[in-house]
Amino acid sequence: MTAIDANLFLAVAAIVFVIGAVGLLTRRNALVMFMCVELMLNAVNLTFVTFSRELDDIGGQVTVFFTMVVAAAEVCVGLAIIVAIFRRRRGATADDLNLMKG
Amino acid sequence: MSEVAQWVVFIVASSAAIGMAVGVVTQRNPVHAALALVGTLFAVAVLFVMQEAHFLAAVQIIVYAGAIVVLFLFVIMLLGIDKHEVLDETLPLQRIIAGIVGLGSLVVGAILLLKADAAPPVTDPDSTSRISGSGLGNVEHIGRSLFSDYLWAFEITSVLLVIAVVGAVVLVRRRSGPDAPEGREGLGAAGDAGGSEKARA
Repeated sequence: MTAIDANLFLAVAAIVFVIGAVGLLTRRNALVMFMCVELMLNAVNLTFVTFSRELDDIGGQVTVFFTMVVAAAEVCVGLAIIVAIFRRRRGATADDLNLMKG
Repeated sequence: MSEVAQWVVFIVASSAAIGMAVGVVTQRNPVHAALALVGTLFAVAVLFVMQEAHFLAAVQIIVYAGAIVVLFLFVIMLLGIDKHEVLDETLPLQRIIAGIVGLGSLVVGAILLLKADAAPPVTDPDSTSRISGSGLGNVEHIGRSLFSDYLWAFEITSVLLVIAVVGAVVLVRRRSGPDAPEGREGLGAAGDAGGSEKARA
């Protein structure tokens, strides 16, 4: 068992989450926005693992496993959408994508 | 590991995680952002190891650094690097508002962290999901839990992955003909694939 307090891990996770959220709100490039989402997912995973240790329950780690599966599926479909958009309009800037219609 | 060594590892890993996360947000070049993302994922994996989540640390490296970031890099290479990101704001004050939202959530988080009491373990002492005293290794314990308590969710994820793969293939597949969408057959086939995907779900 590590001697380091769980609160410190939670603080690191919160900071990484906020960095990801601010990046998601400010960046325009759809790919980088996706990376920021991954950052936020990872921060939450760290929180789950920390609570799993703190509460002495393996359920948190199993949940992180499922989160990773969902993240993989999400990236797969999301990047496919970005590629499809890029083919049509030569750019993946989020501000240009204000129509659902191609 | 001695306590000093643990502190050293923790400080290095957490500052790497935070610094690399800042890199993801601030780097102009998407390739550099992706590399910074790898750094963050690695540092988080180290933090996982520190909390004895060995299986998840390995999966983190294999799935995230090995697959997801490579997928990102492939897409960046495929699309060409988009260096001229438009930086003028279309929404007024967007950055400032984003900063305020970020700082506000950090303050709320800090208050919650400082005020919260340490939670008592809520798990029933006899429960199989307790980590201490189970006598199982981390991988074995997760495996047992996954195939007993979480079996249904585990099966559902297989459906999710099939849908994701089929969806990705349908989305990026070229309509017949180089650029002009010829309409009929392309759309029809896509509709068929969508139908079979629904049937499988």
